[in-house]
Amino acid sequence: MLQKTYDKIDSIGRSILSIKAKGVHNKELAEVIYPNGDKAFAQVIAINNEDVTLQLFSGGFGVSTNCKIRFLGKPIQVGFSDDMLGRVYSGNGKPIDGGPELLTDMVRIAGPSINPVKRLIPKEMIRTGVPMIDVFNTLVRSQKIPIFAKAGEPYNRLLANIATQTDADVIIIGGVGLKYDEFHYFRQRIEEAGSKSKTIMFVHTHRDSIVEGLMVPDLALAVGEKFALQGKNVFVLLSDMTQWSDYLRQVANAQDQIPANQGYPGDLYSQLASRYEKAADIDGAGSLTILGVTTMDDITHPVPDNTGYITEGQFYMKDGYLELFGSLSRLKQQVNDTTREDHRSIMSVMARLLSEAEERVKAQKFGSVKDDYSFRLLDYRKTFQKELMDPFRYLELEDALDLCWDILARYFKKEEVGLSSKLIESFWPKEGQYKILKPHNNE
Amino acid sequence: MDKQQAIGKVVSVNESLVGVITTQGAVMNGEVAYIVIEDGKRLKSEVIDVKAGQFVYLQVFEDTSWMKAGDLVEFSGLLLTVKLGPGILGSVTDGLQNPLYELAKKEWFLERGLEVEPLDNKTKWHFTPTANKGEFVTGGDVLGAVPEKIFKHKIFVPFSLQGVFELIEIAPEGDYTIDETIAKIKDKTGAVQELTMAFEWPVKMAMPFYQRSVPDKPMPTGIRILDALFPIAYGGTACNPGPFGAGKTVLQHSLAKYSQADIVIIAACGERAGEAVEVFKDFPKLLDPRTGKSLMDRTYIVGNTSSMPVAAREASVYLATTVGEYYRKQGLNVLILADSTSRWAQALRETSGRKEEIPGPEAFPMYISTLISAFYDRAGVEILKDGSSGSLSIIGTVSPAGGNFDEPVTQATLLSTGAFWGLSRALSDARKYPAIDRIDSNSKYPSLLKKEEVAYLLELLRDGKSIASNILLMGEKGITDETYIRYQKAELLDAVFLQQNSFDEVDGVSNPNRLRIMCDMILKIIDAPLNLKGKDKIRSHFNFVRQAFLDWNYMKIDDANFDEQHSKLLNLIKQRAHVTEDL
Repeated sequence: MLQKTYDKIDSIGRSILSIKAKGVHNKELAEVIYPNGDKAFAQVIAINNEDVTLQLFSGGFGVSTNCKIRFLGKPIQVGFSDDMLGRVYSGNGKPIDGGPELLTDMVRIAGPSINPVKRLIPKEMIRTGVPMIDVFNTLVRSQKIPIFAKAGEPYNRLLANIATQTDADVIIIGGVGLKYDEFHYFRQRIEEAGSKSKTIMFVHTHRDSIVEGLMVPDLALAVGEKFALQGKNVFVLLSDMTQWSDYLRQVANAQDQIPANQGYPGDLYSQLASRYEKAADIDGAGSLTILGVTTMDDITHPVPDNTGYITEGQFYMKDGYLELFGSLSRLKQQVNDTTREDHRSIMSVMARLLSEAEERVKAQKFGSVKDDYSFRLLDYRKTFQKELMDPFRYLELEDALDLCWDILARYFKKEEVGLSSKLIESFWPKEGQYKILKPHNNE
Repeated sequence: MDKQQAIGKVVSVNESLVGVITTQGAVMNGEVAYIVIEDGKRLKSEVIDVKAGQFVYLQVFEDTSWMKAGDLVEFSGLLLTVKLGPGILGSVTDGLQNPLYELAKKEWFLERGLEVEPLDNKTKWHFTPTANKGEFVTGGDVLGAVPEKIFKHKIFVPFSLQGVFELIEIAPEGDYTIDETIAKIKDKTGAVQELTMAFEWPVKMAMPFYQRSVPDKPMPTGIRILDALFPIAYGGTACNPGPFGAGKTVLQHSLAKYSQADIVIIAACGERAGEAVEVFKDFPKLLDPRTGKSLMDRTYIVGNTSSMPVAAREASVYLATTVGEYYRKQGLNVLILADSTSRWAQALRETSGRKEEIPGPEAFPMYISTLISAFYDRAGVEILKDGSSGSLSIIGTVSPAGGNFDEPVTQATLLSTGAFWGLSRALSDARKYPAIDRIDSNSKYPSLLKKEEVAYLLELLRDGKSIASNILLMGEKGITDETYIRYQKAELLDAVFLQQNSFDEVDGVSNPNRLRIMCDMILKIIDAPLNLKGKDKIRSHFNFVRQAFLDWNYMKIDDANFDEQHSKLLNLIKQRAHVTEDL
């Protein structure tokens, strides 16, 4: 296609540039050519007659009015090949691991969504070895689910754990706004786990421009989708989507868009949804599962709030624990009836008792807890937290279920838990004989 | 009518909003236009604003990548319409009535520029005429009928035809496709029109009622807390706002399965694709207990999910409503589940922002409340020409930002709907499903229970709540046994009657008969004298009653043990009261 070069730059902002140009396509890829011959990518994001607005992959700093813009006559694409496995790329799709550039097929990014009739109903549990997930909020193949956590929580460790402890064929890590040590950590963990040969990383760190950060999820998902179409079970990890939304806000503001909530653009929901909805179990092909990270202080903040409406639940991490309340897997009902007969019942009984215990914690503050049953509930809550809520304790699902029975038996009488007699007969531990739970020091 | 269609060219592109200068012809606000992009694909769009200087704003129903200034725009002169006729039931379409299964035959992905026939034009329908040659007819008159799935689908003279026409020809009984001519009519001037079994109607225009009536008959939903305390009527409207994770989706699915409507239309507007998939892949396998046929036979799904083009969200809601109005004209009770109206409102906000309109609260356009009330006003009961009646009920989900009901969409919706089912995160955290707020929800429609009964139960719930907060402050010891019993009764009412396990085949749905039986039992328990002393004994008594009641809830009504368990429960109440009297 004909490549046209223009030099009538009107304005240069932090991440946006506008120029007079003709015959330019919406979303077309362009190059900024610096006077010294250096080049950087840009993309058309709006057209108004001859005024064309572009977002700058390398930011506006250092761009001068005597730069030229060359429109490349093609949309943004990303390379795709099996040889990408084991490699690390930046947010503009270039390798940053010192390895050679590959000759690859090019695939479109941010393509249309898959026809819903080509989706299968997700039916396959993914075992993670994390009790709070496997027992209480089971992860299902093709699920899209983020970890909600404050900055500083070990969410990336959990993300890496889940990715390496499961049976994914391909792992794609999309790092948005990563600190250098987080990037290093991911790389190290993947290598230690021997998963490097099935992993591709797209990484944007704080030193790169925000436009590159914005591109990362699209690149990761486009490549992931392609593998899924070839029949692979793909895991895409996106960390951190709050940073990503922040970049979106910056670019929208630079375009003078009218902000909706807290300065975020009105289309934040649609923007997040078009990424997360790439998760799918595809009829006649493979699957794409998305695990994200959404850092937050408050769940009503626009980013976690919009995310919660889009994703199929969330894992809520607080003080290093995976919380029961606030976490949810919307797809668990699809799979937890076929794991073990006691799974569903024990899950809801444990949750109900914990919720009762939380009431007692509140009441305790008023000094109104005085009876034996309440004290047992409070002890139960402590043990629950210690034994089950640690996200880094590895337990097979069956062991975790046995552990639940052990904990129940330690604090309650059979008739207090409200489980069916049939289950109690099969699973209630014999006096003092716990399968998993370690005896108390004072027992 | 024959006018030269307008032509224009693109001058500005900003996501789904495209500015156009018309070069010839007249433009109508709301008409459909096609933008022809470089590769020849025609992108469907709609005029949303006509400005000075031949400038027109279009919202494009497709991705606008690769569009450029100067691209040709062809205006159609026609409003966005839906095709109405036999073949809608059981189908799944996008927000512009493209059947998704047909699209999937062409591409796995929803590539832009694809359009397919909205209704199957190959199937032959068995038409039986009821009108006679020589009769005088007008728009909305019935010409005949064809069987469609579970009912007789009337074939109308298109609603848009006004005035009197002479029926000069009508097809004999036989099999016809929807495109074949089945009648010819002649107006006063002698002009003849050919009619088929299908016709089009603009989606944004409410169909006029023949005669409107008031929604006053409760529609059983199978969900106890709704049917008993916060009912919806045939032709009524309800909204269920709530934060994410409070159970909106599960509630919507239950309503779609168990509501006693003839037709259920699901408008999946800007929500997760997976949820729509669950419906259209599971429903064909489920039986509708009322008809014994597949549940899908009474269902139509409009899926414009969150990753599909934003502009079509608005269209999808209106499309569903127009189809609903059409089936109401068939004399049926139709229920629309719109999930979620907030996403529709957000789509309007996106477009409004790009047009740089002055924003209202939270950047929603000023006119959002007018649009919302006009939408809900399309629900209602209609008395038809032949004296029979049909109804259209709308249940709209609202997804308020941060779960805060003060935001503009929730507020506008509350003003426009007759029942409010507020979903609460506190209840869902406590696993008390359906997590519909027992205190703050309300409905102006009649319940399946008696008015006094409803008031009686609500009073108990309010008492229970205030006693609970006293217990929190003062402990169980801080209140009297009598108050504690009142509290336990409220808790029991909640646990065995208001809570319902929607994943259970039996407990998941209670028909009006069963609701009555259960309600009688719960009233007996509440009214039974109980002179137990001591909190432990009281708690233990109610634990037993709860367990027995729950066991009963999971039994089918024709189960051999059903009556036995009923007696067991009664005995439990009597016996306890009796034992205490003895002491």
